[in-house]
Amino acid sequence: MTQTKVIVGLGSCGIAAGANKVYNKIKALQEAEKLNFELAKTSCIGMCFREPLVEVIDENGSMIYGDVDEDKAIEIIQQHVIGLNPIKDYVVKTDLFTTPDSIYFEGQVKIALRNCGYIDPENIQEYEDRGGYSALKLIAKDKIAPDVVIQTIIDSGLRGRGGGGFPTGMKWRFARASQSAEKYIICNADEGDPGAFMDRSLLEGDPHAVIEGMIIGAYAIGATDGVIYCRAEYPLAIKRLNIALAQAHERGYLGNNIQGIEGFNLDIHIKEGAGAFVCGEETALMASIEGKRGMPSKRPPFPAESGLWRKPSNINNVETFANVSYIVSHGAGSFNKYGTEKSKGTKVFALTGKIKHGGLVEVPMGMSLRDIIFKLGGGIQNNKKFKAVQLGGPSGGCIPEHLIDILVDYDQVNATGAIMGSGGMVVMDETTCMVDVARFFLDFTQKESCGKCTFCRIGTKRMLEILSRITVGEGQEGDIEKLEELALQVRDSSLCGLGQTAPNPVLTTIKYFRHEYEAHIRDKKCPAHNCKKLLTYEIVADKCTGCTVCAVKCPVKAIDGERKKVHHINQDICIKCGDCYSTCRFDAITKS
Amino acid sequence: MRIQRISNNVDTVEIDGEVDLSLIMPLINKYRGKKGSLIPLLQGVQTVYGYIPKSAFELLAKETELTLSDMYGVATFYAQFRLKPVGKNIVKVCHGTACHVQGADAISTAIKDALGVEDGGTTPDRLFTLETVACLGCCSLAPVMMIGEETFGKLTGSSAVKIIKEIRIRESQNK
Repeated sequence: MTQTKVIVGLGSCGIAAGANKVYNKIKALQEAEKLNFELAKTSCIGMCFREPLVEVIDENGSMIYGDVDEDKAIEIIQQHVIGLNPIKDYVVKTDLFTTPDSIYFEGQVKIALRNCGYIDPENIQEYEDRGGYSALKLIAKDKIAPDVVIQTIIDSGLRGRGGGGFPTGMKWRFARASQSAEKYIICNADEGDPGAFMDRSLLEGDPHAVIEGMIIGAYAIGATDGVIYCRAEYPLAIKRLNIALAQAHERGYLGNNIQGIEGFNLDIHIKEGAGAFVCGEETALMASIEGKRGMPSKRPPFPAESGLWRKPSNINNVETFANVSYIVSHGAGSFNKYGTEKSKGTKVFALTGKIKHGGLVEVPMGMSLRDIIFKLGGGIQNNKKFKAVQLGGPSGGCIPEHLIDILVDYDQVNATGAIMGSGGMVVMDETTCMVDVARFFLDFTQKESCGKCTFCRIGTKRMLEILSRITVGEGQEGDIEKLEELALQVRDSSLCGLGQTAPNPVLTTIKYFRHEYEAHIRDKKCPAHNCKKLLTYEIVADKCTGCTVCAVKCPVKAIDGERKKVHHINQDICIKCGDCYSTCRFDAITKS
Repeated sequence: MRIQRISNNVDTVEIDGEVDLSLIMPLINKYRGKKGSLIPLLQGVQTVYGYIPKSAFELLAKETELTLSDMYGVATFYAQFRLKPVGKNIVKVCHGTACHVQGADAISTAIKDALGVEDGGTTPDRLFTLETVACLGCCSLAPVMMIGEETFGKLTGSSAVKIIKEIRIRESQNK
């Protein structure tokens, strides 16, 4: 009988939820009682809403336990691992029976995320055991020419997963066509979109998939050096990448005459980002690698012709690279059998916001938004009403309820005014103020603007000022029209994608939620009860029992009152955080 | 644009006499002659001191071919670089989209009130620096804050303040 294996999920989300403590607890128990089972680590399986996760694999199969704290961990070891009695109520995923959460995985097709949660990302052997590096070995063994590799990628229909959506194979073809002794292959791991963590999970969970994709890309275009530009806010990803790169070197996947291919030499280095969203734009990214301010430059010339250090370069996103080795080893058909006519394959989405099942899902292009949000995502938290879903981060837009049956592919999403983007999907409900959302995104893009283009630099600032005024009750007639005019000017006069897309959140929220803007401006009211300056928290005298819970909870001590006597909120001190409102068990606090 | 102007106010001038510049010589030697090394150099300096002292810039200008103006141009462009000393515990409150939608503003306001600092400020006892960051990538646990290497999720205004108070108590016990 093979040894039972206990695997703890240790991606950043898991660790933030307490998985390290769970791992240490299990390890301590194992050592103290000299228990006979294998303890291992893995990373994110995408089921973030149930972290920490612990998987137990025994002779019957696999069962993944969710919401595991230190106490539950002990129970699981004692009852399941030793006692051979699984605790079905704690299980969230298994093939052996249906769980309430099984629906989360229905319809998911894991290509980019194929190994995440199934392997120890610091162990190259586990990657190879699941088919890793077989694509590279196949290219070497069958002497597949670079042009054939490029054709396979073109045929697969793979489009840039970072948001640009440009056909990857075509990009590689342009880079290959440039003649130069020095060529660069670059991985854009800057993932700056707030609310997006697909790339982080991939880098933490399956770094070799990204590396193998880069090596194949380097072979296809004729690159001599590789760079992974990874944001510094992902220290675990950087650590795992470094380990993986060293391992790849050891096994001859990097270095000279890789896998026996004469003259194919490649080394990959990591360059850490320094906290600039604009460096996700390819020309700014390359400037940053060169040690300069991350300011975009004009194209043409495109990177394929003149990129890093003025040499031909090809930049692809993390998720794009993760798909490459799968496509090469399984054939173009394995990818293009999924998806719609112009959007082939699968896409990873980060489901966040007011959704019950927040996490990472990988679905075929062409699934409906409704299915993703309500079926896989489980619908809205606290059974509130769905209002909009924000797609594409600060470059994207908000899609309202009446459009929720659109199929997720590049064309249908673009038609709504939003963009597919890198895959961040932030779900909003009736308590989200859409004017505030627009203000939030403008605040972000305005800070992150590099300052080069007048309209981006000043236009976003003016738009932000107008939006801020509106959210504090100082909106004026004509503000909406001014916003629309500025938005179009900023979009049309900016050099790079940041400025060109910064107005999208404003334009889509005005298009679909104009009535909210009008309520703020004309009635000085926030229909979602969100904008603080337009809100007042008050205690209803005849409901208040004087239990003092709210006064204790208040972080700024704004509530006075003696025990069993009606309490009172001091409006001058109140910071409108809402803690009292959410704590009161007697519905004695109103928000208006 | 994110601009941090070098302040000439007495209370924000760092005490350069205390900075041991020999600590960064190995770093400078490691990158000597390598192109494109300005950002890793600045990152390395910040790892050593927690920020980039003025004297460090001057040493870099002396030891490498980089000019002060280029270095300041880069250091003030990227959000990661700090030009003022920081507190012992850096409190990063995430203001990414998911956290914002789940109430990150309230968390920041509560902490600002509790610590008596503005965004980017350090408490007079040098224990805490408060920063707003764009996204920590733990969106399913929103709202989130990170103190040092530890991440705290599913926060409320009061739970965030409680965590800070607990750290303060721990620090005073360690003294």
